Amino acid sequence: MADLIWVYAEVVDEKITPTTLEMLSKASEAGTAEAVLLGPAPDDAAATLANHGAAKIYRSADPIYRDYLTLPAVETIAGLIQKHNPAVMLFASSYGGRDLVAALSARLDCGAITDVGDFVLKDGSVEATIPALGASYQNTSTLIGGGTRLLLVRPKSFEPKANEKPLSVEEVPAAAGEALRKVHVKERVTVKREGPQLEGAKTIVSGGRGLKGEENFAMLKELADLLGGAVGATRAAVDAGWVPYAMQIGQTGKTVKPDIYIACAISGAVQHLSGMKTSKTIISINKDAEAPMFQFSDFGVVGDVFKVVPQLIEEIKKRKGK
Amino acid sequence: MNIVVCGKVIPASSVTIEIDPATKRMARKGVTHELDPAAASAVEEGLRLTEKHGGTVTLVTMGISDATIGIRNALAMGATSAVHVLDDAVAGSDTLGTAKVLAAAIKKLPFDLVICATESSDSYSGIVPGQVAHLLGIPPVTFAREITLDGNRITIKRQSEGGYDVVEAALPVVVTTTSGINEPRYPQLKGIMAAKKKEIKIYTAAELGLSADQVGEAGAKEKVLTVGRPPKRQAGKVVVDEGEGGKQIADFLAELKII
Repeated sequence: MADLIWVYAEVVDEKITPTTLEMLSKASEAGTAEAVLLGPAPDDAAATLANHGAAKIYRSADPIYRDYLTLPAVETIAGLIQKHNPAVMLFASSYGGRDLVAALSARLDCGAITDVGDFVLKDGSVEATIPALGASYQNTSTLIGGGTRLLLVRPKSFEPKANEKPLSVEEVPAAAGEALRKVHVKERVTVKREGPQLEGAKTIVSGGRGLKGEENFAMLKELADLLGGAVGATRAAVDAGWVPYAMQIGQTGKTVKPDIYIACAISGAVQHLSGMKTSKTIISINKDAEAPMFQFSDFGVVGDVFKVVPQLIEEIKKRKGK
Repeated sequence: MNIVVCGKVIPASSVTIEIDPATKRMARKGVTHELDPAAASAVEEGLRLTEKHGGTVTLVTMGISDATIGIRNALAMGATSAVHVLDDAVAGSDTLGTAKVLAAAIKKLPFDLVICATESSDSYSGIVPGQVAHLLGIPPVTFAREITLDGNRITIKRQSEGGYDVVEAALPVVVTTTSGINEPRYPQLKGIMAAKKKEIKIYTAAELGLSADQVGEAGAKEKVLTVGRPPKRQAGKVVVDEGEGGKQIADFLAELKII
């Protein structure tokens, strides 16, 4: 019998997240995929999950899951795991996903593997591939001791694929009780971001500490606009307060996989590399010829970013006839 | 207000961390250590809260003897005292083993609030704080970019995909801090001198009531099977800018039919 693989379906901004669909596609290839969908979700959410390979969806639309963090979802998922005993349960390596895996692994005393880039199931046991130490290593890990294996999966590890299954939804009772209503979400604030978003951008122009200041990101914005892309940044640039966290690419920021990644004055710290090194084509500009980023680049220019980027902008304008 | 900060002392960022192929663990011995910058941020947040509301900040850490340098750093910043779980039996712990050790050490202390970094800067699994919260039986309040205390209530701005959520809970809780919540202070001479007199309480796992099969390599549910290097990207072309660097990139983009 095919292994039972569960996916925790995440809804952000009233949409099933891309990572959820990526995990489901992988799960339905590796075994029988089923999803757990908790809290308010768009009308077509269950259908979207079924279309990406979910043979069954455990569902409660109760608002407790939206209004109170972690504890209600843990209560419900732990109950479902104990009842159905899936071989593996996958969670996105997101804010909510991490909280759930942390609490579930302690509650079920089963441990967990984090930062998973790929996995295989062999005789009921899981073997996960993990890019350790910011992707300078690639290790494999397993979990012993039986029970459901909890994996936190990196975004963009798998291709989302259509794999239509008949829609099968099992309503589950909502978690209830004052003890679960302890961490209250009072308000959700969406910070308006200007320009195109990193998620889904085909081209990304990114800047690091070598840009020296907030004002110099305007140059990257101009280049990104010319190429129809978005602007990203390293943690150093974000921590320096030059650009908002939403622009951060790397271990503690976003994972991106654009067609073209232009790294401007980015040395290539593991923190950053782990978030962008699977980009299709990487171009880098750095004054330090020894910068590790060059080892990951398809094309590199050893030079001053303040000379090379403006020249590149002028050249693109010229060639576009502007 | 008794605040416990859980933090890690890690190989200094200047050191390139290697994984020992024999033990499949990070090679921690014999390299320079420092207080994890993420932990320094958590300590800073604890200090700011006690400066405003009164109370103590106790650092709880698990690590080898080299960790002392980082513990002293936290004490020099202003932490009141520290607890160091120092025991070969805890080496090789996975996340849950680590959380069991930290939770057992925290239980020895009075606490109203536990602060952890969202994740350590060396292994960054990011799930130990949530595990600690569960083991302590208190709620996790995570990814804080800002913390406000009002009596028994804690309110945070929690980092979200599209902005932030305002999240509220009653103490005690485990709160995790994101990088950039503050700029940790540098220890001053006075603080460094004072730190020498502050107490570092040392425990073994057994003293915390943990059996050998719960922690360390023996207790780990996660087993590393293989340690390897990722496939290398095919090295590309690197040119030195001699006044034409921007144009050369434009040529490259044109070859790819991007422009």
